Order: sequence, then C-alpha cells, then structure tokens
Amino acid sequence: MSVPTAGTVELGTELPPLTARIRRSDLVRYAGASGDFNPIHWNPRVAREVGLPDVIAHGMYTMALGARMLTDWLVDPTRLVEYSVRFVRPVVVPDTDEGVEVRFGGKVVDKRDDGLYRVDVTAECGGEKVFGAARAFVRLD
Amino acid sequence: MPVDAALVGRTYSTSVPYEVGREKIREFADAVGDPNPAYRDPDAARALGHPDVVAPPTFPIVVAFSLLNQLFTDPSTGLALHRVAHADQRFAYTRPIHSGDRLVGTLTIERVRQVAGADLISTRTEITGVDGDPVCTAFASIVHREETR
Repeated sequence: MSVPTAGTVELGTELPPLTARIRRSDLVRYAGASGDFNPIHWNPRVAREVGLPDVIAHGMYTMALGARMLTDWLVDPTRLVEYSVRFVRPVVVPDTDEGVEVRFGGKVVDKRDDGLYRVDVTAECGGEKVFGAARAFVRLD
Repeated sequence: MPVDAALVGRTYSTSVPYEVGREKIREFADAVGDPNPAYRDPDAARALGHPDVVAPPTFPIVVAFSLLNQLFTDPSTGLALHRVAHADQRFAYTRPIHSGDRLVGTLTIERVRQVAGADLISTRTEITGVDGDPVCTAFASIVHREETR
C-alpha cells in the first residue's frame, strides 16, 4: 500500500479499517509483554468480584490495536505524533475459542495550522462503541 | 474511604533506566499482533530513516505502567491494582523510541476527584532519555473503586 501524503490525503479520507479478534490468550500474552498483570484481565473470579461481567481486555491492548490501524496506514509508525483514547465501555472477552471481535475505523477530520492531520478513531464491539474521543495527530509529507 | 486529595503532586520515578532492546520491542509488537517490519527488522527501520528498530506507539506504557504499579503498591495510597480500571490514555511523542534507548520516567499525580462513587486519578508521566532529553509524555487516568461490602 502506498504511503499517505499531504497530496493524497484530504479531509474525509477514511483509513483502511481493521477488524481484530481478542481471545483470553491474547490478554495473558499482553499482560506479560506490558507488565500489566491486573487480574481483571485474566481471572474471571476477580473480575466478577469487582463487579465486571467477566474478564475484560486491557484498555491498552485495544488502544494498541487502534494504533496498528493507524500505523498500517502511515507505514512509518513514527509519523504518529499524538494518540489518545477514552475507554468508555469494557471489552468483555469470553472464555471461548472465538473470543470477541472489535472493529476499528479512522477518518481524517482536520488539518491543523502546524501541518498535523487529525484522525478520529472509532472502536466498536458488539454494536457498541468502546472508544470515546479517540484521536490521533499524524505528520504527512 | 475516598482516595486522599493530598496525593495530588506526589511523584514516582524509575529507580534504574529502562533499557529498550530489539527483542522486547519484538515481544511487545507480537503481543499486540502488529506485524510492522519497523518493529522487527533493523534494515526496514533504517529504510524509513531510523537508526534501529522503533517501538510501537503504545510501548511507552511499559515504562509508565511500572510507575503506576509503584502507585498501586504504595501502602500509603489505599489503592489496589485489581480495583483499578483504565479511564483514558494519551501519548504525546517528542521523538521515536529506538532499540538501545535508555529511558527514565517520572509519574506525577495531577488530579484526584470523585465521580459516581469512584475515584478518578489523573497522572502524567514524563519519559526522557537518561540525559533528560524529552521522549514522550503519557497521560493516564484511572478509576479506582472501593471494596463493596
């Protein structure tokens, strides 16, 4: 895929969407790689004790999947200058082989005076938004 | 007991520099399922103008989370990791993180407030090289729920 440039990107340009499937094993692996061993991400008993329906994905794991959508598009990941997400709804990950599907989308919505482009990011699971006010600022040549 | 507002301004810092390595970057990229060659192949990273493999965008959480863990395990705060959920996160990148970087960080508690019976704790982590050159600022807000009786 070609690298997006200021010449090819305009307001309203949509990024290629990303669909990801999250399984319990992904959360265990992410816990190990990130150092976030909060048991609500791998232990159903603890998750229920704190009022959750079941184990939930790390917010940072879903944020990383959204980052992948952005950097798949950017090719050079370091063109991402700022990235922010509000986690408005937990992604519950059932103990099944299928896990749960999360769909990510992105759209160029603004070009700032400093030349950075703003991309609004969406993440949806089971028809519900899991990100709020998720946005990235990216640098394009 | 709500979290004490006197926590605002408290800081936690890395005790030893975090040395970024190629294999840790690869492990992290594998864990988030991101196949970008810039995270794995030094030649691919050099072709993009980088001196070595670069870290994925959310990689700074490895440093920031170690500081959050200091906060969660600090007995004087009354916090517990399993009662915490992530409310929001923002990264502002000053420069890319490469393999070979030695990073240090300081987390500052910026705000504590009560929302719907839970504590919302907002933090800012400044991540720099060992010489103090800015690398990334990570803002994290976490919700902490009281034990239910």
